[in-house]
Amino acid sequence: MTDLTKLTIAGARDAMRKGDTSSAEITAACLTAIDDSGALNAFVHNTPEIAQAQAAAADTRIKAGDAPDMCGIPLGIKDLFCTKGVPSQAASGILEGFKPEYESTVTTQLFDAGAVMLGKLNMDELAMGSSNETSVYGNAVNPWKVDDRELTPGGSSGGSASAVAADLCLAATGTDTGGSIRQPAAFTGITGLKPTYGRVSRWGVVAFASSLDQAGPMTKDVRDAAIMLEAMCGHDPKDSTSADLAVPNFEAALTGDIKGKVIGIPKEYRMDAMPAEIVKLWEDGTAMLKDAGAVIKDITLPHTKYALPAYYVIAPAEASSNLARYDGVRFGHRAQLAAGDGITEMYEKTRAEGFGHEVQRRVMVGTYVLSAGFYDAYYNRARRVRALIKRDFDNVFADGVDAILTPATPSAAFGLGEMTDADPIQMYLNDVFTVTVNLAGLPGIAVPTGTDASGLPLGLQLIGRPWEEADLLNVAYSLEQSAGFVAKPNKWW
Amino acid sequence: MSIDTQTARRVAKLARIQVEDDALPALAAEFSAILGFIEQLNEVDVEGIEPMTSVTPQRLKRREDVVTDGDQQEAVLKNAPDAREGFFAVPKVVE
Repeated sequence: MTDLTKLTIAGARDAMRKGDTSSAEITAACLTAIDDSGALNAFVHNTPEIAQAQAAAADTRIKAGDAPDMCGIPLGIKDLFCTKGVPSQAASGILEGFKPEYESTVTTQLFDAGAVMLGKLNMDELAMGSSNETSVYGNAVNPWKVDDRELTPGGSSGGSASAVAADLCLAATGTDTGGSIRQPAAFTGITGLKPTYGRVSRWGVVAFASSLDQAGPMTKDVRDAAIMLEAMCGHDPKDSTSADLAVPNFEAALTGDIKGKVIGIPKEYRMDAMPAEIVKLWEDGTAMLKDAGAVIKDITLPHTKYALPAYYVIAPAEASSNLARYDGVRFGHRAQLAAGDGITEMYEKTRAEGFGHEVQRRVMVGTYVLSAGFYDAYYNRARRVRALIKRDFDNVFADGVDAILTPATPSAAFGLGEMTDADPIQMYLNDVFTVTVNLAGLPGIAVPTGTDASGLPLGLQLIGRPWEEADLLNVAYSLEQSAGFVAKPNKWW
Repeated sequence: MSIDTQTARRVAKLARIQVEDDALPALAAEFSAILGFIEQLNEVDVEGIEPMTSVTPQRLKRREDVVTDGDQQEAVLKNAPDAREGFFAVPKVVE
């Protein structure tokens, strides 16, 4: 085989079963590619010994003939997942030196299925960011490049997106609180799925905003997303919000037949000043689904405009509560104290040193909107608006819509550093098409369907009914087949 | 809504994050911008709408009230910046 790192999960699975290659070979090829990828800064903690041991075990299991689909597949794991004995820092200084004594449910399930961990992946600090520029490890870089500029891979799962797009691993785990899987997937020309809230256990995933956080697969195509999702999801007694529902065979749902499916096109997503190429991408995607036999229906989601402001109350509020655990007592960083400093100074100095600027800002905004006298005006109002946003989707689905098609991002990847001086709200606007999906707890998938004028990838988003990831993946599969997006970044790193 | 430096100082204190005095005006300006953005929510008619508590309509599961875990003192203390004699150590709390 030529380049083993370019394999998809499905391709590797089939090749390993035929005896054409082994997990040890694919894993070795990925480890070499990672060693050669310093300029991307995607992998931040490499675990070659673990990878080689897992690959050897996987090869034994495949030879024995009863291996699951993910057996022997080399993955990158976002730094947000706790992995036993391996640094799990959430790209934050506050978790400097933290090596969990336990394994997250998602990684436990993946490893039980025989998957191989190559290492931990860069991300925005504590998953707060849309450009991977808030990481304590420095920026992750997009493998796509069209001029002298280094581009963002998006965020917060920027390292995951960069690693998959650059063929450093076959797939990666991501997490998505407001768009952190789908936006980086769109910026790097890969597929990213955020499942229905409750589909995947959050246990052992460093918490950002618990009512919005959901882990999902970041893969080279839709089939791989289906395969990897199946291994990641399922009921977990350790996460009280994990749904006790049967896990379907998602790959079996990929027939490509979407005749008669009703696809909603929400008029509120046609933003003022939307770039012409995003408009065209969306229209082209709509035409592809129509040509495949779907029924296109104009729909309205009237509260869309209020999703971002509601998110920027709810997410910081939950973060300020979740991040109270970083106190310099039980794990992670503790500041050097001066003579006479008491416990309050220890908290304040530890958190000032350990948290980066964006995290501090969000914790304080969250503290403010939850504080006495403002709780009702901000937090409760935002939760009411959230209920209305969810009702918009409920109404559309009750009217017979099967899936909703929107752009994934308002633009292609931008240059690292270009947004540094911008108002924080300009950065938040990256999530304008994705954040509604988290607020409503729905499954959403970003699929690459084209490029902008300069040749950078662009993606569309499909939003599905709750718990109907199988159907959603099938519509995404049809869109992928029609779009035929096969471009890859040219290696410069 | 405009946030003054006094409010910014109070919020930093509540959040237990040390912010130097000379950083407060910039922080207050950032808060003001973000809260200005959030103010849009006041346009929405939320009359009669309950604040969302759970995005998926499900009852939390119950289990038997029994001990399911324990005897992990070493693992619990493993990552502590300062652990002594089986305890987390912190600066003096009570005078």
